[in-house]
Amino acid sequence: MQPLLVFPDPAPADLAQALDRAGYPWNAASKALGPAPVEPSDGWSGAVIVAADDPEGAFSVCRALRQRDVPLEPILLLISPTQAVDLELRDDLFDDFCLYPFHDDEFAARMKHLFWRTGGGTRPELVEYGELRLNLETYQAAIVGKPLDLTYMEYELLKFLVSHPGKVFTRETLLSRVWGYEYYGGARTVDVHIRRLRAKLGEEHANLIQTVRSVGYRFGQSRWGL
Amino acid sequence: MERQRDYVLRTVEERGVRLIRLWFTDVLGQLKSFAISPAELEGAFDEGMRFDGSAIDGFSRVQESDVLARPDPNSFELLPWADSYGTSARMFCDITNIDGTPFEGDPRQVLRRNLDKARARGFTFYAAPEMEFFYFENSEPSGAPVPLDKASYFDLTTADVASDLRQRTIHTLEVMGIPVEYSHHEDAPSQHEIDLRYTDALTMADNVMTFRLVVREVAFEAGVHATFMPKPLAEVQGSGMHTHFSLFEGDINAFYDADDARNLSKVARGFIAGVLTHAREIAAVTNQWVNSYKRLVVGFEAPVYVSWARNNRSVVVNVPPIKAGKADSTRIEFRAPDPSCNPYLAFSVVLAAGLRGIEEGYDLPPETLANLYQMTDEQRRAEGISILPESLSEALDEMERSELVAEALGEHVFEWFIRNKRAEWQEYKTQVSKFELDRYLHRL
Repeated sequence: MQPLLVFPDPAPADLAQALDRAGYPWNAASKALGPAPVEPSDGWSGAVIVAADDPEGAFSVCRALRQRDVPLEPILLLISPTQAVDLELRDDLFDDFCLYPFHDDEFAARMKHLFWRTGGGTRPELVEYGELRLNLETYQAAIVGKPLDLTYMEYELLKFLVSHPGKVFTRETLLSRVWGYEYYGGARTVDVHIRRLRAKLGEEHANLIQTVRSVGYRFGQSRWGL
Repeated sequence: MERQRDYVLRTVEERGVRLIRLWFTDVLGQLKSFAISPAELEGAFDEGMRFDGSAIDGFSRVQESDVLARPDPNSFELLPWADSYGTSARMFCDITNIDGTPFEGDPRQVLRRNLDKARARGFTFYAAPEMEFFYFENSEPSGAPVPLDKASYFDLTTADVASDLRQRTIHTLEVMGIPVEYSHHEDAPSQHEIDLRYTDALTMADNVMTFRLVVREVAFEAGVHATFMPKPLAEVQGSGMHTHFSLFEGDINAFYDADDARNLSKVARGFIAGVLTHAREIAAVTNQWVNSYKRLVVGFEAPVYVSWARNNRSVVVNVPPIKAGKADSTRIEFRAPDPSCNPYLAFSVVLAAGLRGIEEGYDLPPETLANLYQMTDEQRRAEGISILPESLSEALDEMERSELVAEALGEHVFEWFIRNKRAEWQEYKTQVSKFELDRYLHRL
């Protein structure tokens, strides 16, 4: 997946966190770069434009993106509640909007839905957490830049966990989401694979996967205070 | 399956893997390997790799000798040690006949078949072995083994060598996805133990094969010889592979019963009774070498008596105590196997014996409360406690009469195994040992 264009630069912290958490690659761009921000060589996959603080700048960026030979879409506009009236006659400039500050789940759901509707990749290529990085295109995982050699199921489990940091999952949920419910082995299988993953992550990073007593597992700290 | 294959193909490309080693195991538990190039990988997945099985111990047949190795993409791992060819990876293979049916001589297929039987009854079978082994100085194969601890000039340094080797071994195992529960220096000089965390029996059998290779490989790189020979030194204890077994029904430990005074379910009681009843018949498989029976003697913490108890190490089936609230860790520890067994076949016969006990509702004999090492033969006989076979020959006699073992292993493996092991015994019998020379040469 190509990066998303985020306006303004620097991106608001809560937006940056939400995009990181969901695993979307993104670059922030400011208006100073001109009406059409400098595009990465392989293009943007879409844009998230925050209009809350600088509505004029935001709308001009949207317009620039839409006036290109191939208009960029999807564009998600983040507006403050009082700006709803400003959307009048600007329907062509965005594909969906969301009130800002946003509710995490709503933002995530809108992003997902936008990419689904426009046929763009619903799956980001890179998922990162701290020093752990998964390339979903090539199936490769690395920690502190060092490749992790995983079996297929270990990879799938890690991918799922890294894609949902800070959340607690029961063994049953992991089993049905990662293995699929037709898998026979039962929740023991999850424990076995968690141990294998911890072993491969090495002592230093084994605690990325935490056991939540009598519930299940959580990946990473609930570092956004979740 | 598609995505798993895709994962393997992609990883081979991304990581620049030059060689893929296809691993399988012969009937005696020796790891066999042949290498293919990445270009052959897709074909290996689609059609399998054809090879002549007649050169493999236990694979030979009268007619068609070609078989197919079908790599299991689930077992794909990069090999963490240096290889002159560059990065290489391994996959375990199932061996099939040319028509695609499971090859009856393949130990992995034998275990699969037995696991399928357990599965048909709703059980998943878990295993966790404690692997014991010795490090020796790398000397002439014909010379006497020299332990590292005692052997050399600086005791401190040599002790460090061994513990450093063990640490490196554990690291390599963990990198290969084989988590280690616990490790320590054993009682005997230069003897070490590494306990593996439980996993399903098929994966664990694969892990045991990988384990033995990793231990030897790490030692070899340091110029040391590691051995899983059951009893390399006469005067100290031998190496065992005490294995913890449990059955799960879905997420429920089928061995646990809160209402039983000992917290052992009917399933557990049947399983233990089955293992005890058939312990003598399966011994030739769990302890398959002439040397295996040198370990099974009184006085070296090895199990000799066919009985069970809780938290008692003199018996062949020990039921370890579990911590409060840890019902899931209910398990039995079968102490007979040694680390030079074929893990696929050993797990197969233990499972078959346990399932038989469950199916037929065998009664669990009374728990042994005394220390069996201190009982006289008469006392033990009065209690109805038999002893494990005292030699490979005796074990083979027991096995040959066992319909249970024949069924668990299948006719092909069963017959080949008996034939091969009888030959080993015959060869052993023709030897004149040091014991005999020392004792008789000048006296008789």
